[in-house]
Amino acid sequence: MFGKLTWQAIPFDEPIALGAAALIGLVLCAVLVWVIVKGYVPYLWREWITSVDHKRIGVMYCVLAMIMLLRGFIDALMMRSQQALALHAPGYLPPEHYDQIFSAHGTIMIFFVAMPFVIGLMNFAVPLQLGVRDVAFPTLNSVSFWLTAAGSFLVTLSLVVGEFARTGWLAYPPLSELTYSPGVGVDYYLWALEISGIGTLMAGINMATTILKMRAPGLSYTRMPVFCWTSLASNLLIIAAFPILTAVLSMLLLDRYCGFHFFTNDAGGNPMMFVNLIWAWGHPEVYILILPAFGVFSEVISTFSGKPLFGYRSMVAATMVICILSFMVWLHHFFTMGAGGDVNGVFGIMSMVIAVPTGVKVFNWLFTMYGGRIRFTSAMLWSVGFMVTFVIGGMSGVLLAVPPADFALHNSLFLVAHFHNVIIGGVLFGALAGTAYWFPKAFGFTLDERLGKAAFWFWLVGFYVAFMPLYVLGLMGMTRRMQHYDQPEWRPWLLIAAAGVLLILTGIALQVAQLFVSIRTRNQRRDPTGDPWDGRTLEWTTASPPPVFNFAIYPDVTGAEPYSGMKERALESMQPAQEPKYEAIAIPRNTPTGFVTAFFAVVTGFAMIWHIWWLVTIGLIGAYATFVAFAWRDVGETEIPAEEVARIDRATREVRAAALRRTHARQHEQGQSA
Amino acid sequence: MIISVLRSMVILTVLASLGGCGETVLSPIGPIGAAERTILLDSVAIMLAIVVPTIVATLAFAWWFRHGNSRARYRPRWAYSGELELLMWSVPALVILFLGGIAWIGSHDLDPAKPLHPKPLQIEVVSLDWKWLFIYPGQQVASINRMVVPAGVPLHLRVTSASVMNVFFVPRLGSEIYSMSGMATQLNLQADEPGTYPGLSANFSGDGFPYMRFNFEALPAPQFDAWITAARSTGGVLDDAAYRGLLRQSAPLHPYTYRSVQPGLFDRIVTLQLPRGEGPRSGRPSPDIKPIAVH
Ligand code: HEM
Ligand SMILES: [Cu+2]
Repeated sequence: MFGKLTWQAIPFDEPIALGAAALIGLVLCAVLVWVIVKGYVPYLWREWITSVDHKRIGVMYCVLAMIMLLRGFIDALMMRSQQALALHAPGYLPPEHYDQIFSAHGTIMIFFVAMPFVIGLMNFAVPLQLGVRDVAFPTLNSVSFWLTAAGSFLVTLSLVVGEFARTGWLAYPPLSELTYSPGVGVDYYLWALEISGIGTLMAGINMATTILKMRAPGLSYTRMPVFCWTSLASNLLIIAAFPILTAVLSMLLLDRYCGFHFFTNDAGGNPMMFVNLIWAWGHPEVYILILPAFGVFSEVISTFSGKPLFGYRSMVAATMVICILSFMVWLHHFFTMGAGGDVNGVFGIMSMVIAVPTGVKVFNWLFTMYGGRIRFTSAMLWSVGFMVTFVIGGMSGVLLAVPPADFALHNSLFLVAHFHNVIIGGVLFGALAGTAYWFPKAFGFTLDERLGKAAFWFWLVGFYVAFMPLYVLGLMGMTRRMQHYDQPEWRPWLLIAAAGVLLILTGIALQVAQLFVSIRTRNQRRDPTGDPWDGRTLEWTTASPPPVFNFAIYPDVTGAEPYSGMKERALESMQPAQEPKYEAIAIPRNTPTGFVTAFFAVVTGFAMIWHIWWLVTIGLIGAYATFVAFAWRDVGETEIPAEEVARIDRATREVRAAALRRTHARQHEQGQSA
Repeated sequence: MIISVLRSMVILTVLASLGGCGETVLSPIGPIGAAERTILLDSVAIMLAIVVPTIVATLAFAWWFRHGNSRARYRPRWAYSGELELLMWSVPALVILFLGGIAWIGSHDLDPAKPLHPKPLQIEVVSLDWKWLFIYPGQQVASINRMVVPAGVPLHLRVTSASVMNVFFVPRLGSEIYSMSGMATQLNLQADEPGTYPGLSANFSGDGFPYMRFNFEALPAPQFDAWITAARSTGGVLDDAAYRGLLRQSAPLHPYTYRSVQPGLFDRIVTLQLPRGEGPRSGRPSPDIKPIAVH
């Protein structure tokens, strides 16, 4: 009846896992009860869960990422404390538990923190920057998000019911084959990533179509903000790379469920094929993550330097070069498999070549600051912190691309230091900069800057204290994924690293406090103008938060950095732009399709994991029925009448006009005093 | 010139940060490790030449052009300079050209499969769950979790796995290599300084992974011969039956040796004529075979 699922699946014998699960369950229940008691359920259902508005979906992606970041970070705390204790000793986490923790940490951080964070930011900001009303396929967008959420739900569920993979975040076979991992851990891993991976692929198609096909009149490619360019590159990479992931995981599933031999030791299977395929996805994946972050930094640095981005064309060229090259370097992840001098040499050189366009980008940011008037908001602090940190991470990366150096450093903590160096210093700092930058746009009030800056400093210093020792440990020959060790000279460095994690913890606590304080004091921090940073691109022309339809009329773009141009013209003529003729706007109707599909996806995945075949059938039928029901809908859109559009837009324009008068008066004064 | 200055700077900082103690890949005990160290340090030095100025410029520009510094000139429209862009593309390109040369030559010179000597000492390495088996085909003895070699003698290792992937690695010797079932990777090494050095697996292989460590001992030639002689007179015989026993998941408490080895055993492992590692007995999180001891 219940397949492999029995009471045995609940880890009663693992007090730590059970305790953690209980805590998470408790928090979730508390939140749920609070939501119900306060009567928020209908509101959440109407405005968020069934929403197909790209801004709402973007926000939900980011919220998911932040929640999962907490989970991934707790894993990191546990690993760091275990290694601080486990010299000549078993520590407090037995191997079978420790191995789940680093696997879950890596999987969660990449797939359910970094990915949703950057996809969320793209979802929120790209249509606004393009001056359009939504993404190309709004309902698909909601399905994508909920499938990602379904994946993270399955990973979280594995804490309580069964176990998670004990194979590392890439689940190399043969270790991940049935012979060596007979438990359900790898199945949780596989189904979670299959489900969320399909969501990601659809998100990529959606966003790429939006950028290619839906831009405001006059917004030609060469006028697109760099964030849109990097998003385009990133989503093209998603479209090209994620099918590889889905395919390779499917092959492993066939091995595990149907006795195939793609990657087994015997019967002609070839585990190295898995390693090739997973990295053919895996290397582009790191650029899928970092390119949007590069885009955020480009926007932030240009805005807060009060200048256009230096070398726009170089920036775009560098982005697209990276996009292509990222598919040609995957072998650098296994130089030590003995491919021979020619192959290693070619892939080593290709990997280094990527450093050229990346270096160009860094110089572009550098010269954007040159001659600027830099305002050090927290978004800008994250960006400068990124530039310094990323350059160091890039250097260690190029070093690892030199095959003979990698021969001595592969899989060591040096590598772990390197990728955290670029992923925290690059992707995460980028996501946090983006959050600080666009938060006021999304919610209409700014975040507390004092707490934000304090959080930045703790993160920055914490990062260095936590990860620089790992470079040293790597040189001392310590490999990754060690549950215990017996070399006393490693201990001091591990203790320093543990202290660094506590600093990061403080940073995270400050961020939570920042959110809390900012929301409590939101009425004092309202930003009625919709343009708190003196922005240069289209998203700042509309109100904060933007109306559902984003723009009452499509902006007419006549140059790069359209909003700077508009503001200048308005200041010169002392006239806000003419009031347009308003028309009714059709927007897509909300639909529970995404949520319901994801629900059935969870059911299917869960049933597959536990071999409950009848439930699999129900799940699949349910998902298909949802699709059919959606396809047969009669009314897909609702209309917002012209008067309503006019009312909303006029309110914004009034505030704008007042702001314009103030700026003008100020400039006038300055002109007289000078 | 600049490079050699930078290089000594790198060495100094790295050594200082390692607390002066030399148990690292930067204090190699053989030619392979030494060559890798040179490449590693040279590459870092070359890159520092561009990385340090970039970091300094970032901090300097950010500070100088801060809002409120009235001495800094604000140029709100300056966003293009052909010469600068040419420089931006060509400087990193030149650095990479240089490093690329190092990478190309290095990956050939230091290719793990490249022989150091026409007649090296042959050793066959098998990774098992969770122990290392070292077979000395010429001497017909074998050793578990202890690799003994004569100092100053070139070694030729053939490496395979009897179950999941592992990586053979003695940090102070240099060059890691994967051990994979169904194939033999090759590794040529040499230890010049006698001594005992830690060796380990550098690829996660399951719950017993941290137990996959071994002692690598480089002995002066006479002592090595003595060790072989001693090994020939103690321990069991490594035949099919004994090998099957090794396939069970376990982590031996102490290293031990086999007084003789069935000829061709390694090749039969590589060609899959012998069974693979058994894996765990059940799928429950706690593996039913715990490693036997923590050293
Ligand atoms: C927030 C601070 C973080 C800390 C303190 C941290 C710490 C760690 C530690 C201790 C390990 C295990 C190293 C080992 O194998 O010995 C690890 C592995 C890993 N981390 Fe993080 N991490 C952090 C953030 C991130 C982020 C943001 C990402 C990606 C977005 C990430 C991705 C990974 C991956 C992919 C692994 C490899 C997992 C594996 O071995 O399979 N980490 N991290
Ligand atoms: Cu890569």
